[in-house]
Amino acid sequence: MAMHDIQVTVNGAPYDAQVESRLLLVHLLRDQLRLTGTHIGCDTTHCGACTVLLDGQPVKSCTVLAVQANGRQISTVEGLEKEGKLHPLQEGFWEKHGLQCGYCTPGMLMTTCALLEKNKNPSEADIREAISGNLCRCTGYNNIVKAVQFAAERLRKEA
Amino acid sequence: MQPRTSPEVGGMGHSMKRKEDPRFIRGKGNYVDDIVLPGMLWMDIVRSPFAHAKIKSINTEKALKVPGVLAVITGETLAKYNLHWMPTLMSDTQMVLPTEKVMYQAQEVAAVIATSRYAAADGVDAVEVDYDPLPVVVDPFKALEPNAPILRTDKKDKKDNRIFHWEAGDRAATDKAFAEADVTVKQALYIPRIHVASIETCGCIADFDRVNGKLTVYMTTQAPHAIRTVFALVAGHVGLSEERIRIVSPDIGGGFGGKVPVYPGYVIATAASVVIGKPVKWIEDRMENLQADSFARDYHITAELAARKDGTITALRMKTLADHGYTDAAANPSKFPAGLFSICTGSYDVSKAFVEVDGVYTNKPPGGVAYRCSFRVTEAIHAIERITDVLAQELKMDPAELRMKNFIPKEKFPYKSALGWEYDSGDYEPALRLAMDKIGYAALRKEQAEKRARGELMGIGISSFTEILGAGPSKHFDILGIKMFDSCELRIHPTGKAIARFGTKSQGQGHETTYAQIIAEELGIPASVVQVEEGDTDTAPYGLGTYASRSTPTAGAAGAMAARKIREKAKKIAAYLLEVSEDDLVWEPGKFSVKGAPSRSKTIQEIAFAAYTNHPPGMEAGLEAVNYYDPPNLTFPFGSYICVVDIDRGTGMVKIRRFVAVDDCGNIINPMIVDGQIHGGLTMGMAPALLEEISYDENGNNQAGSFMDYLVPTAVESPSWETFKTVTPCPHHPLGAKGVGESATVGAPPAIANAVVDALSHLGVKHVDIPITPEKVWRLLKEKGVAE
Repeated sequence: MAMHDIQVTVNGAPYDAQVESRLLLVHLLRDQLRLTGTHIGCDTTHCGACTVLLDGQPVKSCTVLAVQANGRQISTVEGLEKEGKLHPLQEGFWEKHGLQCGYCTPGMLMTTCALLEKNKNPSEADIREAISGNLCRCTGYNNIVKAVQFAAERLRKEA
Repeated sequence: MQPRTSPEVGGMGHSMKRKEDPRFIRGKGNYVDDIVLPGMLWMDIVRSPFAHAKIKSINTEKALKVPGVLAVITGETLAKYNLHWMPTLMSDTQMVLPTEKVMYQAQEVAAVIATSRYAAADGVDAVEVDYDPLPVVVDPFKALEPNAPILRTDKKDKKDNRIFHWEAGDRAATDKAFAEADVTVKQALYIPRIHVASIETCGCIADFDRVNGKLTVYMTTQAPHAIRTVFALVAGHVGLSEERIRIVSPDIGGGFGGKVPVYPGYVIATAASVVIGKPVKWIEDRMENLQADSFARDYHITAELAARKDGTITALRMKTLADHGYTDAAANPSKFPAGLFSICTGSYDVSKAFVEVDGVYTNKPPGGVAYRCSFRVTEAIHAIERITDVLAQELKMDPAELRMKNFIPKEKFPYKSALGWEYDSGDYEPALRLAMDKIGYAALRKEQAEKRARGELMGIGISSFTEILGAGPSKHFDILGIKMFDSCELRIHPTGKAIARFGTKSQGQGHETTYAQIIAEELGIPASVVQVEEGDTDTAPYGLGTYASRSTPTAGAAGAMAARKIREKAKKIAAYLLEVSEDDLVWEPGKFSVKGAPSRSKTIQEIAFAAYTNHPPGMEAGLEAVNYYDPPNLTFPFGSYICVVDIDRGTGMVKIRRFVAVDDCGNIINPMIVDGQIHGGLTMGMAPALLEEISYDENGNNQAGSFMDYLVPTAVESPSWETFKTVTPCPHHPLGAKGVGESATVGAPPAIANAVVDALSHLGVKHVDIPITPEKVWRLLKEKGVAE
């Protein structure tokens, strides 16, 4: 199996890695960089537990090859908290009971992080549409919607 | 209920933010696949493409040449240790790995051990298995026909495919009531096979320490203590002794019943670790999870009601065929092969009832686990709530009116049901009235009439369910003989902080918060400084685990009782410190004070300090207690749900416009968490009602083996749930609480199905089986000549 030298920037820090052609980005993050906040929930890009931001765009890291991330910026759940201050979405999910088992939460956070970057005041329908590629089996989504609304309002006030 | 404690203490009734969330929102949860041990190996599994086939040969030669592959384990390997079969929780037997034949598609055939995840997968691809296909039995009705192939040829004296026959109630009296009834209705319903599909799949790391002879298994299990005992019983003959088995349930990414059974993968990984002497990790992928792990439901029910002309129900009869797959690996209490299906008289005062269930073997994966419900309750409630609507339609009565007429009246509680249960408490009419009020029932009926006149399809569906959960009283409930109590071990530290350990295991329910609030309620120690631990069998007290909404009814009660024991000792210490008699002391959350002299008091923190520094002469030092709580009865939460649907005549698409859920789970510990449980349960109720089904073709091929075809609801299909409460305390639980985690999964499906049938009832439709897919509805519309 051919090996490739790649460099990725994860949550602002550069990493060099030697990877097989077939290595999935999610396995690079979890197994090699030991950033285990990004989870795996399916094999078919449906559940979104593995969602990370690649150059600011949400992608499902179980269907991106590590070599495709070469030279690019990756953001994961571990990078949301800045200098001990939670991201408003993290506060929102905690405040509004937007999580139960916590397994889908990192993917939800990253997807909605990208949503709030481009839409400062999303409607309930906008939020539901944005997270329609992220499955949650516990919450029934009611409180995830509220958590994102909470964060959107917080971000608008901070702006 | 007004909270008795301040928000800072955070006892019952406070919507306290969850204590477990800081790690989850940072991606710092610790799920089994996050754990890496030094020298750890990987396991992956070869699975059968056939639903029924003889294994002619397994050739591992090529696999063993794959770089990184160390070993291939087959049934023959395990047979050397007599570990190729294992018992199920229902005292049936299940293959760990086969030596002769496979019995369902995706059954484990061999396991590859390798140095990496990818090498193990490469090894699986290189294992060559030669099969000789056998006739496949998919249909449980055909499985009982005289000429059907006998599937369990491993059982020497087995002459058919029947697993069990179970019945409850009075057959003769019920038949007589039917013969004498003014009106009878009968409806066949199929409750399809579904899968819990927790977003985290199953997996484990088995770590056998050869030096100390100790096995540690990190495992996605809802019942770690029971698993430890099962391991000791199954593998005692190869030297595994219970004191040297440690099961650790780390954070679990959803359970819903699917993480109760012992799957072959856990056992193979354990055997591999014991033989190789290194940690072995096995993590299922989603397709393995959907195709091989325990299923739920798969009940073919014929439901009947007998009634008087005025709508009074006089008798109920149900006959069910239960498709269990190739072995009975259900996770029911041992004495209940059909679970608690006999709750099927529901919320109604039915004096005569008879129910029978036959379990059948087929070439499908084993299971019969709950899907977020307490042992077959969803099947029972779907049947009673659907047939009640069939009766309303027959009598041309409003379904709300028919329910009101037949509800068990408040004054009849505790209520003995015709099928043998004693319902603890209930007040059903106010719950339905509240739901009707919140949704605007009368106005909706008016709107429906107007829409019908215009040819538009709109339906209103009601479900007034009674749940039965919190197993259970040990005189009836055990698993493999182990009584279904649960436990709490509570220690108060000198500075007045606490650690509480429980025999249950949260999979997202928020135990770290709810249990801490129970301790806070009972002792006045702030919930924020009560550390809750579960899931490690080396440290937690023995308990039967978390499923069937049993944690608050059993372990939660144990927490309250342990705290009360501590309060008794604290009272003695307070009396000593205050130099008064115990009788002169009064308790309020957090302190004892002298009657009539409230300024003379000792806080629980002061008492805790004294327990270690200045305890009364003759008294043991320390402040701790253990309680094993054996509930006197199950708890019977209830509720009324109303759903409004609109149906598109062009596509057959059912859209839930509104859904009002009124739940009554007794006294509430954390209202925010209870609401979250209901939201999730409603969505997992909508899922099988509209979307989810695992079906098989005639060759036993799974038709929904990935998320491509198994449709878990997204945020777009899920409506914004509207939740309300009534409160009827549980008379026997120390806090007056009942379980709640699964009520909504039980109550929601019939409300949705009833709404769809209601939308189509004027066209002569009396029943639609779930899942109510657009195709199914469109075909009905086409048949009735109203499809656009």
